[in-house]
Amino acid sequence: MDLFEYQGKQYFARFGIPVSAGDVTETVDGAVSIAESIGYPVVIKAQVQVGGRGKAGGIQLANDAAAVRTHATNILGMDIKGHVVKRVWVERASDIAEEYYASYTLDRAAKAHLLMLSAQGGVDIEEVAEKDPTAIVKLHINPIEGISKDRAKQAAQEARIPVAALDGVADILVKLYDCFTAGDCDLAEINPLILKPTGEVHALDAKVSLDANAAFRHPEWDAFAATVELDDREKLAREKNLQYIGLDGSVGIIANGAGLAMSTLDVVNQVGGTAANFLDIGGGANAELMTAALEVINSDANVRSIFINIFGGITRGEEVAKGIVEAVKRVNLRAPIVIRLDGTNAEEGRSILAGAGIPDSQLTSRPTMLEAAKVAVELAK
Amino acid sequence: MAIFVNEHTKVIVQGLTGGQGRFHGLRNRAYGTQVVGGVTPGKAGQDVEGIPVFDSVADAVAATGATASFIAVPPKAAPAAILEAAQAGVEFVVCITEGIPAQDEARTYATLQRDFPRTRLLGPNCPGIISPGKCNIGITAGEIAHLPSASGPNVGIVSRSGTLTYQALYELKQQGIGVSTCVGIGGDPVPGTSFVDCLAQFQADPETHAIIMIGEIGGSAEEEAAEFITKHVTKPMSAYIAGVTAPAGKKMGHAGAIVSGGKGTAQGKMDALRAAGVRVGLNPTEAGALMAEIVKGLR
Repeated sequence: MDLFEYQGKQYFARFGIPVSAGDVTETVDGAVSIAESIGYPVVIKAQVQVGGRGKAGGIQLANDAAAVRTHATNILGMDIKGHVVKRVWVERASDIAEEYYASYTLDRAAKAHLLMLSAQGGVDIEEVAEKDPTAIVKLHINPIEGISKDRAKQAAQEARIPVAALDGVADILVKLYDCFTAGDCDLAEINPLILKPTGEVHALDAKVSLDANAAFRHPEWDAFAATVELDDREKLAREKNLQYIGLDGSVGIIANGAGLAMSTLDVVNQVGGTAANFLDIGGGANAELMTAALEVINSDANVRSIFINIFGGITRGEEVAKGIVEAVKRVNLRAPIVIRLDGTNAEEGRSILAGAGIPDSQLTSRPTMLEAAKVAVELAK
Repeated sequence: MAIFVNEHTKVIVQGLTGGQGRFHGLRNRAYGTQVVGGVTPGKAGQDVEGIPVFDSVADAVAATGATASFIAVPPKAAPAAILEAAQAGVEFVVCITEGIPAQDEARTYATLQRDFPRTRLLGPNCPGIISPGKCNIGITAGEIAHLPSASGPNVGIVSRSGTLTYQALYELKQQGIGVSTCVGIGGDPVPGTSFVDCLAQFQADPETHAIIMIGEIGGSAEEEAAEFITKHVTKPMSAYIAGVTAPAGKKMGHAGAIVSGGKGTAQGKMDALRAAGVRVGLNPTEAGALMAEIVKGLR
């Protein structure tokens, strides 16, 4: 789960990481009242989960209430790369002497935590990595040892962070590691991490991605989950507990298992089609789940055909077939279905599908993935 | 021969009295696996269809001489269950649990490395391992695995994806090709056993003559495997990588993009494997067909 900047800053604050005084609001009046209470100058920042909001005019400086009103009016409702701004974060403007970069992630290859630190923050860090890889210090951390303040300070020295900022940076690195581990983040990133002319070090932005698997021990995440932005199809899928990702093609996809679902997208693409979605219904492809999956796909106006790709392992073919027949009866489908049913008891399953009395125009069965994909793509044209 | 497990492997099931543990534990036994005990704290003295239940892994190991464990407990309990098995001296631990927090996985793996280097963990979040006709630990439907032939050639399978593991087994069965061992390493961020671990074992196993590898987008495990194959694997291989057209799963911000350094895409993985001499199929069926050609050449 990716957090908005304001949520990331609130999360950072829980771990003692210094952030600017500020608050979030959905209204122009709210923005003015926040600005009045924290004092000018303030920065008004669009809350969207997409890069490039500054260039799009989504970050503005204001010196008085009138300016806050003007900017908040412009920014709220603004469309930034397809993301409509619903909230703005208003914070006290900071004087900046220098900008750094710091992040923690899990390095899968090394099976260890990875700190990345650079004295060249603020700008596009990927560009820095490309142009001057030595400008980024990478430090692997053993997950059962963690990082000490001394080690963090040493990393800051290696990153050529000036002496005046060393202690402040090291302190934040230790706190950010605590946020990353105890806070169950997949990513905890500060860019820029700033040094103020007064000598304090401070997080000016926050990019946090939380590990959904750890939600059970973080009741405080409920507030974050409430602001997750989903399209209508994704909302319906979430209600039905389906692993669904909306795409913009014309072949609706249902498969069991994430790997097989990905593979189904690949094969559809390979024969010249485009997938409308990724949908993994998991191992037990029963009538309830299949009905829910078909309802979600049916709600997508772009879908012209539906490709159901099931490989029966423990779930037997005849159970899957019965589930599909039942679901087809329950849902008033707008698009024809093509089924590939394979694996355990696939023959029995196919004969159930063939004998169910569903017209060929509504349901076609093919024995292999490739053949089924070809038919589905043809039907979607 | 087979890798990691064979007909002599004695297995205990941690969580045998739970829904998943009971269902799969009994299926594994019905397949012919020596399932010699179960562990559920507080339930010592009970049995599940004749399989004795113990309070701890240490008790179960002492009573049965088990060397392998099958963990089917919920995510909150799984890290402790893995370490308990290692502490009791279990050498091979299969954990099918899905949904363990990544931080817990990382700490558990690091603890195994430091304190229990003799214990191998397979998973978490994996379908398990099957040496057809000998031992099946996990959730694989045993009947879709073709038995190895005494005269060969037989194929080893290693896969990151659950359903695609079954798909690979099925493709080989359709082609009448024997399987020495099929290992599902799982798709979690910190898998206990990697592609490279399995490839090294398959290379050394006289009963394995060729290898199929099924990968997925994300991470760099396939690229590391390609590097290993170039240096150490002489047996012929085919492969498939899922996710050429998949939507980007997790946005890892700038940090993720830098770590991967261009690695992680399906195309990059396929290119790396091809460069290592692996025949890469564009779908699972094609990878199976390529393996059939390879096997024909070996016969």
